[in-house]
Amino acid sequence: MVNETELKSLIENILQDMVGKQEQQPEQVQEEVVAQATAEATTTASTTCTVASDACLPDITKVDVKTELLVDEPYDQEGYLQMKQKTPARIGVGRAGARFKTATSVRFRADHAAAQDAVFSYVDEDFVKKNGFTAVETMCANKDEYITRPDFGRQFSEEMKQEIKAACGTPQVQIVIGDGLSSAAVEANIEDILPAIKQGLQMHNINVDNVLFVKHCRVPAMDVIGEVTNSDVVCLLIGERPGLVTAESMSAYIAYKPTVDMPEARRTVISNIHSGGTTPVEAGAHIADLIKKMLDKKASGLDLK
Amino acid sequence: MILNTMLFDKKYEFKTLNEVMAKANEEKSGDMLAGLAAESAEERVAAKAVLSKITLEELRNNPAVPYEEDEVTRIIQDSVNEKIYQELKDWTVEEFREWILDENTTGEQIKRASRGITSEMVAAVTKLMSNLDLVYGAKKIRISAHCNTTIGKEGTLSFRLQPNHPTDDPDGIVASIMEGLSYGAGDAVIGLNPVDDSTESVVRVLKKFDEVKKKYEIPTQICVLAHVTTQMEAIRQGAPTDLVFQSIAGSEKGNTAFGISGDLIEEARQLALRQGTASGPNVMYFETGQGAELSSNAHLGVDQLTMEARCYGFARKYEPYLVNTVVGFIGPEYLYDSKQVIRAGLEDHFMGKLSGIPMGCDACYTNHMKADQNDVESLAILLAEAGCNFFIGVPHGDDVMLNYQSLGYHEAPALRQLLGLKPIEEFDEWLQKMDFVDANGKLKAKAGDASTLLV
Repeated sequence: MVNETELKSLIENILQDMVGKQEQQPEQVQEEVVAQATAEATTTASTTCTVASDACLPDITKVDVKTELLVDEPYDQEGYLQMKQKTPARIGVGRAGARFKTATSVRFRADHAAAQDAVFSYVDEDFVKKNGFTAVETMCANKDEYITRPDFGRQFSEEMKQEIKAACGTPQVQIVIGDGLSSAAVEANIEDILPAIKQGLQMHNINVDNVLFVKHCRVPAMDVIGEVTNSDVVCLLIGERPGLVTAESMSAYIAYKPTVDMPEARRTVISNIHSGGTTPVEAGAHIADLIKKMLDKKASGLDLK
Repeated sequence: MILNTMLFDKKYEFKTLNEVMAKANEEKSGDMLAGLAAESAEERVAAKAVLSKITLEELRNNPAVPYEEDEVTRIIQDSVNEKIYQELKDWTVEEFREWILDENTTGEQIKRASRGITSEMVAAVTKLMSNLDLVYGAKKIRISAHCNTTIGKEGTLSFRLQPNHPTDDPDGIVASIMEGLSYGAGDAVIGLNPVDDSTESVVRVLKKFDEVKKKYEIPTQICVLAHVTTQMEAIRQGAPTDLVFQSIAGSEKGNTAFGISGDLIEEARQLALRQGTASGPNVMYFETGQGAELSSNAHLGVDQLTMEARCYGFARKYEPYLVNTVVGFIGPEYLYDSKQVIRAGLEDHFMGKLSGIPMGCDACYTNHMKADQNDVESLAILLAEAGCNFFIGVPHGDDVMLNYQSLGYHEAPALRQLLGLKPIEEFDEWLQKMDFVDANGKLKAKAGDASTLLV
């Protein structure tokens, strides 16, 4: 931006240029001067701004909303902060008239943006390659079809089924990763949860070989994989529909010999897996134990209890 | 009954009234998923043209699901006032629509007519209404009900305070209640969606609610939205309950999927009337939403709008205090984007009122839907103008338990100020006593400061 001194000297220069325009009324002269100065200042400003661009605003998503109280002169600040500790809900946010403050509404939109991006973006192909997963996909042509046609998201083409069969064979335990409704959940948790599951299973001498990655995946896709591979247990790790608190929450759906159209009650579910909920490492160990139990009891879901 | 028409020189032949009804709907992803939607924009209009000439009698005689096969159909048909029906039965849907919109037709006349019609008629006329028609028609109709206070009076707009918490932590729930009260939300009900559906937990939350209600002497209703059977057990164990909640569907099969029947709802109502804490007589709270039947494969080849109307026909029998559509919760496979959600919100509100029930709306959206906060704010303004009884309010629009977004507490004073509306009278007096608002509804310094309740 142009500072006051610079603006002053600009005006002086212009005034000098204008000497001789005596026939004009003083008021007109002044107007013209200001207009010209503003125009020149704008031109100058763009270069000055580039110089100043090293500065950077702090990341608003790093603010801990649980400790941020935005009510002006609260009656009981200490008490309010204690209330905020008891809930992740956005309370103590203050107001601008009967509307939200700017900071909290921008933060809300940031969290919503993260949730939407998690739904509508894809898991990076390099991520799938780097981890050595076998990539397959359901019948959905694109994301839009994925969100509107749950029936397509649980089916595979015949060729795809052959690929699955060829890649997996008939393992005792088949681990499947599905993008589901959050690609962010897959990328955030898989590299922690998978080693934990594998390690846990190895303690029982159970090996996990080929891990499948399913694009456009709905939960019942695991039933098709169960039928194709004839595995004893299929474990699907899938991104949950994101909330605003986190876009990285994942669920594990595990079933003993799943079949297409089986009752939902045959699935065992562990949800809320993310760094702020059940941590992926913790969940991985728990999942390994559950799989062992299913193999021993030859059952899953409600039948396991 | 004529099910064929020419349109742009092309002949459209529909096989059944259900097909006409489904294809006459505005575009909805759920009808497409069910394979029931019109295949082209022109076919949609052809269906509307056919529907406009169908008589109310033809709709009565061809319920969406046969009388013998479905309890919801029986409840709707058996509740029709035959005398009023005789007066209306020869009208076409076109005539019915224009009678509702006529400037000489009053809300009282429409309320009388609503006792002589079936849900299929309610759905049919809605399919011929534009968005502004739906607002214009609904605005005439006021349906009020009394639990501890009276909801739905002319000039009022109420809010359910929804203090959900990811672990049902009592202190966390109370914190959200205090915040909401300080903005003027909570006159419809203070109602929690519990994470833990056990009787023990529901009893604990109800007792906490009752404690808060008594401590601050709040003139309102309390409710924990567990399964109806859990709430009944809680009442039997002596838990203070004003309203009994249940999600309902438009088919018997859908209700079976929810684990309910008409008899069970009546049993719950009688229990609440005898052992509940409310003055009554309206002690029931129902939630609905287009697409619920399809999601449990209980739609029986019927479109989602007609199924939704049938929910209201079912609800009416149990004289509810609150009914709201959770319009944007179900997801994009049923309502694709903000345009479809806004349309469905206006349809559901109009249909609820035309069915004679006290209607509200959870103006909301999920994160896998192409909608955002702007869209539900727009819907809220439209519905508030249409005379909607109540909305759902959560802290800053973010429900941290159900992981979806609805209106914020701030929307209560904003919408009231904007449209010159007030909370329920006793609650308004309470807000003034607590120094949150003045007599004109203007927010005072204490508004939005929940810590003023820490005494």
